[in-house]
Amino acid sequence: MSEGLVTVSYIAATILFILSLGGLSNPETARRGNFYGILGMAIAILATVTGPKVTSYVPIIVAMTIGGGVGIYAAKKVKMTEMPELVALMHSLVGLAAVLVGYANYIDPTAVFSGVEKTIHEVEIYVGVLIGAVTFSGSVIAFGKLSGKINGKPMLLPARHILNLGLLVAAIILGKWFLTFEDHGGLLPLLLMTGIALTFGVHMVMAIGGADMPVVVSMLNSYSGWAASATGFMLSNDLLIVTGALVGSSGAILSYIMCKAMNRRFLAVIAGGFGTGGGSAAAGMAPEGEVQPISAEETAEFLRNARNVIIVPGYGMAVAQAQHTVFEITKLLREKGVNVRFAIHPVAGRMPGHMNVLLAEARVPYDIVLEMDEINEDFPETDVAMVIGANDIVNPAAQEDPNSPIAGMPVLEVWKAKTSIVMKRSMASGYAGVDNPLFYKENNKMLFGDAKKMLDEVLKYLQG
Amino acid sequence: MRIGVPKEIHAGEKRVATVPEVAEKLLKLGFTVTVETGAGEGANFSDDAYREVGVKVADREEVWATADIVLKVRGPQVHPELAVDEIEFLRDGATLISFIWPAQNPELLERLAAKKATVLAMDSVPRISRAQKLDALSSMANIAGYRAVIEAAHEFGRFFTGQVTAAGKVPPAKVFVIGVGVAGLAAIGAASGLGAIVRASDTRPEVRDQVKSLGAEFVEVDYQEEGSTAGGYAKVMSEGYQKAQKELYARQAMDVDIIITTALIPGKPAPKLITAGMVESMKPGSVIVDLAAEQGGNCELTAPGQVVVRHGVTIIGYTDLPSRLARQSSTLYATNLLRLLEELCKEKDGNIVVNMDDEMIRAATVVKDGAITWPPPPISVSAAAKVGATAAPPVEIKKEEKKARLPAWASTVIGLATAGLLFFWVGAYAPPAFLVHFTVFVLACFVGYMVIWNVTPALHTPLMSVTNAISSIIAIGALIQVSSPGALILILAGLAIALTSVNMAGGFWVTQRMLSMFRK
Repeated sequence: MSEGLVTVSYIAATILFILSLGGLSNPETARRGNFYGILGMAIAILATVTGPKVTSYVPIIVAMTIGGGVGIYAAKKVKMTEMPELVALMHSLVGLAAVLVGYANYIDPTAVFSGVEKTIHEVEIYVGVLIGAVTFSGSVIAFGKLSGKINGKPMLLPARHILNLGLLVAAIILGKWFLTFEDHGGLLPLLLMTGIALTFGVHMVMAIGGADMPVVVSMLNSYSGWAASATGFMLSNDLLIVTGALVGSSGAILSYIMCKAMNRRFLAVIAGGFGTGGGSAAAGMAPEGEVQPISAEETAEFLRNARNVIIVPGYGMAVAQAQHTVFEITKLLREKGVNVRFAIHPVAGRMPGHMNVLLAEARVPYDIVLEMDEINEDFPETDVAMVIGANDIVNPAAQEDPNSPIAGMPVLEVWKAKTSIVMKRSMASGYAGVDNPLFYKENNKMLFGDAKKMLDEVLKYLQG
Repeated sequence: MRIGVPKEIHAGEKRVATVPEVAEKLLKLGFTVTVETGAGEGANFSDDAYREVGVKVADREEVWATADIVLKVRGPQVHPELAVDEIEFLRDGATLISFIWPAQNPELLERLAAKKATVLAMDSVPRISRAQKLDALSSMANIAGYRAVIEAAHEFGRFFTGQVTAAGKVPPAKVFVIGVGVAGLAAIGAASGLGAIVRASDTRPEVRDQVKSLGAEFVEVDYQEEGSTAGGYAKVMSEGYQKAQKELYARQAMDVDIIITTALIPGKPAPKLITAGMVESMKPGSVIVDLAAEQGGNCELTAPGQVVVRHGVTIIGYTDLPSRLARQSSTLYATNLLRLLEELCKEKDGNIVVNMDDEMIRAATVVKDGAITWPPPPISVSAAAKVGATAAPPVEIKKEEKKARLPAWASTVIGLATAGLLFFWVGAYAPPAFLVHFTVFVLACFVGYMVIWNVTPALHTPLMSVTNAISSIIAIGALIQVSSPGALILILAGLAIALTSVNMAGGFWVTQRMLSMFRK
């Protein structure tokens, strides 16, 4: 295949990638979108492999067969509740690949540049490796936190901002040093910088707590895109630049949406910790009143007598694997003519859209799964709002208490429903460490216990 | 312990303090239960129904003589046939749970104390969240409110709902509810359920939303004064307010067909809200239901316990509305008692402990082991107080603070300037080849921005996995490098290809798996 044909193929692949992302605007067109993505990828790879620059095929076939096999195996086996872990792991692979490609490119003797071009090329390599390494180590830590292998609590080192700043300065100094070398001799500063970048990635994600994970996961998604883009600059390949930019902006927008949904600034999340604005958690209003625990049987009674029910799922539902029972209950209630809908807060779960995927897996029709903005006004007309394993996203303090650490965060107004039922394992406060006045409201009932177990009981009573 | 449930002896009282369904649960708590023969008759519960669930049915003497705990609806009174006070039947040291009204019946308390009894008054259960499930006043008021509408419909000569029939148009009935407590709300619900136009008025403005949620109109008195107390009940209002209120009622009386009054102030006679003049101004055939009849009535012309017609207006003054729906009210009352016994018998071993440290039980207990413990110390927690406390200023304050740090125009200018400098720097120093790529990069960012905003939030997870898959386009770099000379490069590039292939295949596959799950 000639150079011209390769370029045209790349353009086709670019268009297909854009169509692929565009298709996700609607579940109807999304499957076609994914197909476009596969097609684009196939075209890009075939064109590259059959192009004039590639002469050695065996290693490619071996590597792709092994990698592809592992990938498909993982994709088939993964549970939907583990999607955040899988996504984080995949980000780390992209990051690592970017690092490897950067190194390979640097030591490649066939690439000869001089003057400004050399400087730019080496800056590109340097930046590409830097982003790749941060993405890699950050994603590995994120994976560890999501899968519970590492404690989800933010790890806050004393002088962490200064430490970060120091790492950045060191990276810049090493970069200057790196540029002074001739003839691919700068491996030492490159390796040192990689070490620094890896440390930075670890440190950054370690300082971020469990519920901020949606931001981190989407941010790492963004980084993996920028890493691809930097690699594109390095290789003078427009396809990589465009694809990287698409992925990068996608991740950036997701991070932005997540931050907005928590009313936090991106930098504040990345800097880590919660309520670092001055220990205002203690100044929050202490809720009055008493919690009213109820049994699964009474919950079933409430649901049976309701006409409008809204279910608010949270991370607790994913942890307890309760989505299938939730669907059974939904199905039963809908057959009885109860209007059951789901309200999804943008940051419910551990990654953007996490709840939607879980509910879809449990075969909940997507047209009764609504976003916060679509459904928040309907709570006053709702008989029962059932909160399953969520806390901060239904905390009225966000609206009522200006001193609360989560003040101003948009929340689902479940307390406006005639009755709200909160399913929780205990009275422990949520990720933000804020007490939830919802639990003490007069129209709120608490159903304590493991979400799956309690919902199974509720289902039993509903059937009986 | 043995629970005894005697038959109610008050004239016309049809309720019973426990029903078979609830008695079964009492047995599960470890109690034994004896019910007097015929106790459930008025509420349509046969003796056999009690026997079926394992309750012993016995005659009056045995019930009273063996009971450690006596459950009743009405407080003890003189037996009409035997001319003996029920207190005489009560065993020394036994526990009595029923309505007592201690404020109105101080001498009853003394006589109960003389029997060394422990008495819990269902009417003294405090209005706190935890006690809602045993609030018998509310459950009875709920029934009274519903029944009031049914009684009114019975006396009223027209449809409630408006209709257009072949025989002509029927306007909907207009119902005015005074006092929006539990009974008032139940009345509003029942009346609007029948299709009437419902208006309601109350001195406590916080009930407005409840009224609206039931589809009724809240009519406000045009006068500034707060009418709620810390206990959630209404209080006596000032003279100016009462005058404005009177005018409002007078106007409504002329317009509406049915008035349901439920205004009560704890420990005081019912306020006279509807004057004889207002009754006279009502349309003939109109109906007034006075739920406050037992406390003297909200209407001047009410005759407690009777239905009278004055100036062409039927005034219903029944004092036994819950008893007129005996089966329902017995079931609810029995459940309230069950909840109280659950609180008293936390061990589920059939023994009760009257824990005076428990705020709720403390308030309900009016006599403890022969000592009068009424009135209880005041309770501070209440719904109304909470509403006041939570009505914090809106959150805009915080936003303003943020803005004050940097005006919007300044940050825009700074942003633009930074971007401008950056572009200038790139343009001045970068070689043309780089600029071509840079153009592509910037445009691609914008395309990405536009496309991603269109993605529905429900598909954010598939979005992430698909972007993941396509970011493994890095493979292309590695694919080319494989052909470069050198073993190290081969290893690095080969590894990169393998890693990105994992991503590519896995990403697309799992996306497909997820998307195929989304269905209508």
